[in-house]
Amino acid sequence: MAVIPALVVQGTQMLLVLLLAPLLTGFVRKVKARLVRRLGPPVLQPYLDLLRLLRKEAVLAENASWLFRVIPYLIFATTWVAAALVPTFAIGLLFSWTADLIAIIALLGAARFFLALAGMDVGTSFGGIGSSREVMFATLAEPAMIMIVFTLALIAGSTQLSSIAGLMLSSGVGLRVSLGLALIALIMVALAENARVPVDNPATHLELTMVHEAMVLEYSGRHLAVIELAASLKLLLYMSLIACVFLPWGLAVPGTGVTALLVGMVAYAAKLAVGGFLLATFETAIAKMRVFRVPDFLGAALMLGLLATLLRFVSRSF
Amino acid sequence: MAVIAELWCVALLLGTAVLAVIVRAPAASRAVYGVTLAATLIGFAAAFSTAVAGTTAVTLPLGLPWIGARFRVDMLSAFFLIVVNLGAAAACLYGFGYGRHEHEPKRVLPFFPAFLAGMNLVLLADDAFTFLVSWEFMSLSSWALVMSHHREPGNAYAGYVYIIMASVGTLALLLGFGLLAGPYGFYGFAEMRANAATPMSAGLVLGLALFGAGSKAGLVPLHVWLPLAHPAAPSHVSALMSGLMTKVAVYAFLRIVFDLLGPPEWWWAVPVLAVGGVTTVLGVLYALMQNDLKRVLAYSTIENIGLVFVGLGLALAFAASGFPAAAALALTAALFHVFNHALFKSLLFFGAGAVLTATGERNMERLGGLIHAMPVTSVVVLVGCVAISALPPLNGFASEWLAFQAILLSPQLPQWGLKLLVPAVGALLALAAALAAACFVRMFGIVFLGRPRTPAAAQAREVDRWSQSAMIIVAAMCLIAGILPGAVIDGLAPVVQSLVHDRMPVQLGIPWLSTIPIAESRSSYNGLLVFLFVTASASLAAYAIHHLASHAVRRAPAWDCGFPNAGLATQYTADSFAEPIRRVFGAYVFRAREHVDMPPPGDVRPAKLTVERHDLAWEFIYGPIAAGVSLAADRLNRMQFLTIRQYLSLVFLALVSLLLVLALWP
Amino acid sequence: MNGLAFDVAHLLAGGLVLVSFMMLYQDRLYALLNVFALQAVVLSLSVAWQAWAQDAPHLYITAAIALVLKAIAIPVALHRIIARLGIQRQIETVVGVGPTMMAGIALVALSMVVMLRVTPEADPLAREDLAFALSVLLLGLLMMVTRHNAVSQVVGFMSIENGLILAGTGAKGMPLVVEISVAFSVLVAFIVIGIFLFRIRERFDTVDVQALDRFRGGQQ
Repeated sequence: MAVIPALVVQGTQMLLVLLLAPLLTGFVRKVKARLVRRLGPPVLQPYLDLLRLLRKEAVLAENASWLFRVIPYLIFATTWVAAALVPTFAIGLLFSWTADLIAIIALLGAARFFLALAGMDVGTSFGGIGSSREVMFATLAEPAMIMIVFTLALIAGSTQLSSIAGLMLSSGVGLRVSLGLALIALIMVALAENARVPVDNPATHLELTMVHEAMVLEYSGRHLAVIELAASLKLLLYMSLIACVFLPWGLAVPGTGVTALLVGMVAYAAKLAVGGFLLATFETAIAKMRVFRVPDFLGAALMLGLLATLLRFVSRSF
Repeated sequence: MAVIAELWCVALLLGTAVLAVIVRAPAASRAVYGVTLAATLIGFAAAFSTAVAGTTAVTLPLGLPWIGARFRVDMLSAFFLIVVNLGAAAACLYGFGYGRHEHEPKRVLPFFPAFLAGMNLVLLADDAFTFLVSWEFMSLSSWALVMSHHREPGNAYAGYVYIIMASVGTLALLLGFGLLAGPYGFYGFAEMRANAATPMSAGLVLGLALFGAGSKAGLVPLHVWLPLAHPAAPSHVSALMSGLMTKVAVYAFLRIVFDLLGPPEWWWAVPVLAVGGVTTVLGVLYALMQNDLKRVLAYSTIENIGLVFVGLGLALAFAASGFPAAAALALTAALFHVFNHALFKSLLFFGAGAVLTATGERNMERLGGLIHAMPVTSVVVLVGCVAISALPPLNGFASEWLAFQAILLSPQLPQWGLKLLVPAVGALLALAAALAAACFVRMFGIVFLGRPRTPAAAQAREVDRWSQSAMIIVAAMCLIAGILPGAVIDGLAPVVQSLVHDRMPVQLGIPWLSTIPIAESRSSYNGLLVFLFVTASASLAAYAIHHLASHAVRRAPAWDCGFPNAGLATQYTADSFAEPIRRVFGAYVFRAREHVDMPPPGDVRPAKLTVERHDLAWEFIYGPIAAGVSLAADRLNRMQFLTIRQYLSLVFLALVSLLLVLALWP
Repeated sequence: MNGLAFDVAHLLAGGLVLVSFMMLYQDRLYALLNVFALQAVVLSLSVAWQAWAQDAPHLYITAAIALVLKAIAIPVALHRIIARLGIQRQIETVVGVGPTMMAGIALVALSMVVMLRVTPEADPLAREDLAFALSVLLLGLLMMVTRHNAVSQVVGFMSIENGLILAGTGAKGMPLVVEISVAFSVLVAFIVIGIFLFRIRERFDTVDVQALDRFRGGQQ
């Protein structure tokens, strides 16, 4: 039966994204440290952090509700399902038709919804800051992402990621203005969604600069471990998304053998390494923006996405 | 026959209304709600039978003598009858418990079944006279319900604005039907369908229908009455008004534009799309600025109605340019959203009613921490918030997904105006969806999470079983509609087929119950599998971690970065939560300005932060109109104070001029 | 015209529109000058590609002029002027960045519609490049209209000229003499504007045109 090998490949992808996510985060941190002439933590440090946190007891605020305890698992589940559906080393996997790109974006939106609720649960001012800023960024980042999805879907004729990646792979597309605009907008949105410099600082402990960190301030122990893993998964998801759409070479097409899958995995690892290096260099080279400059930044991403969609509506050759 | 059964339901509802006035029993509330529940369930079943049996019609010897009162249940009416009766049944069940807290039941009980009767009659009417009489009856009975708590400040004003706007809307519909009836007065819908209208009169009818039905539905800028009137009524009535009466208005628009007007023109889509797009964004931006819980929900209704009208506009554009499959997709998206919104808006209003019953407060700034005191209510309201924010795997996402797929089919439209308008409307839709999620994070977070901000919130108790069961049933329906959207889409297929002569591909035959928008596309979405994956991953993660790692928990004061402050003022308020969004969008949309009054050092008076917001619709449209009407009324008032001789000379002048006309007419 | 040449020309023209949007987004003068230099670089790349694709070697000279003058000489000169005059380096906009960008998108949509409707029989590459060129022109005008600072208005004026060059090279066969005369007239205009900036700064201590309005006396 062809179902069993397909199931094995799909399962491999799901496990792969789960295992690689902390490695990517560790790699980015190591490169950032090296670029400023520090030694930096070991690349495997995030795994050790997760194990340490998992074994600790969770300290909950006295008025934290049941929702506060359930939300980390919900965030993790939605992010993992979304990450498992983005093609990493192969397209056309068994469950790739379950959710298209719009559904993947909406799953990430659901994760953010619950995270914002978690920030408000204990009733501290830090949580409120984090949640209100996060939803403000989301009101601009999510439409920008939808516009990017529209552009890609209008080029590929489908919102299914496997179809989009397949079309890019088949080189029937060439260099298009709207694709270039979509790429720039996607990078801007990815920086904002993953709470990276210049939008948010993932290593900060100052409330003036916190957004993501402020929402998870009250979490500890296994809950914090699950949330950190979900954040790493989100970074991996966005990098895989950019790689599978704009750098599709190496993706295994359905129907080819195990060799193609292995080639796909090696290509994927290479793409992640390059992506992580570029992210670390960019974060080191640029300063964080003021909070109220971020709407301008995301508004520009929305405008670029809108322009790309408009160009596709106007003419097929854009 | 279905139509006879429906008419009997209406008669039962009217009879209950009359009895509720006459009978003086202490258990009248339960009896009224019980009988109404039975009537609506019969109506629901009768409407379902139309899907099997087909269109039924009857003519009663009431109304205008030369055409009688015609009633008809076809596919479109059947769908809306299903939606209305389902929502009404849920409200009756909720009313069993909620109605006991009513201080003046005689002001609510008679009008509740009358309102439902009015809504059902509008959906059954098959000629213009019956339609308009039922429409007015519906407006009047809902006005009586809005005025039921007339001693509370602001409710009398809300009723006043409501009755004026409703009358203006009915006038527009009257003129529209007049144009459709033509010079010979063919008021029956069947004759209107047969007569082809000239392009100009069709355009006028479209404008009048958009004005009349749109003002009842809540399109910007005709929405101003909705946030005043919907919150003023009792909570289950607010659910009826927001969830169901706005849908009856959508039905009116569909009936006039898609059924009676004949084949559409491409430019009809332009005003519908533009108004729909602006309405979605403005509705939710206003919702973010409100502190009254029910007003947030009322403005959110405006946003969802805008989305429905965007779907209708797309369907018009596709139908006019000859793409029936795409038109079917757009229309299905709009009708699916009608069904979904009726469900989750009712759920949210029931929740707001529960909060009001438990705490006596509607102001979000005086609530907080209710998740501990009201566990069941908070779970179902959370389900409602997730559904209305269009998050998978619930039903709001399914209709939003279909709407986005319809927009992605739009580049094939040949007209330039549409090529530029549709991407802009798509961006507005995406913006509105993100803002809606922000709005409901704010609502749920401030009301249910955090710490109680007043003693009233601290002393809340869970509401009674009837209210809880009504909310749980509606929440379960939201989940089912989200997991099995294919069932709803297939249910909508006969309705869509009757209006645009095509339908979406059969969904229930697709493997694994996925949803596919059109046959040639390769996009698909599977709500059931997404739901199963998410629950399986969450459970697996929780189980694995609890058994392999640790499941120890310790309670301690909040960390708060080492500066814990248990004072209530350190929590975020509703205004402060919305402040970033107000700064980004509010400067242009509401002319929002902040003024900080900081006293100089040494002065002990408190600092003051004033936020100024303008409702531009009131200032630029209604303000000048009201001023103009006042001016004209002042001038014309002089006619009250003329002498007898002057009155006689007015009569004399009128007589002489009419005789002159008769003399000079060729 | 084979597919790759088509696509790269489009990409460079689209890049020019993108850089014009970047100029609208900037809020500091030095950053604006850097983006203007980038626009000139993209323009010269586009012209050079047109020279290769159309097989018109004189366009290489145009590209070189654009690169040397507009990417290097003029930004350096403006940099010096700003430093000498001590001009305040924050750009004040008439409306915020958001509405300016939305107006920019509307202008791009307008130029698409105009160009694609007015020239139905022309060569598709030329039509769409002309649409982009008109967009750059309109965006440069938008920049002049929505800025208070005189230096940013000068930069907007320069970017209008970039749009004109793009339009000219997109249509086959723009003679070199026209390009040289256009370039020299721009240079002269620039020198004159520079002299005026000096005089204005000497007299009024500011080059903010809103402040200059106050000296008109009578009307405000």
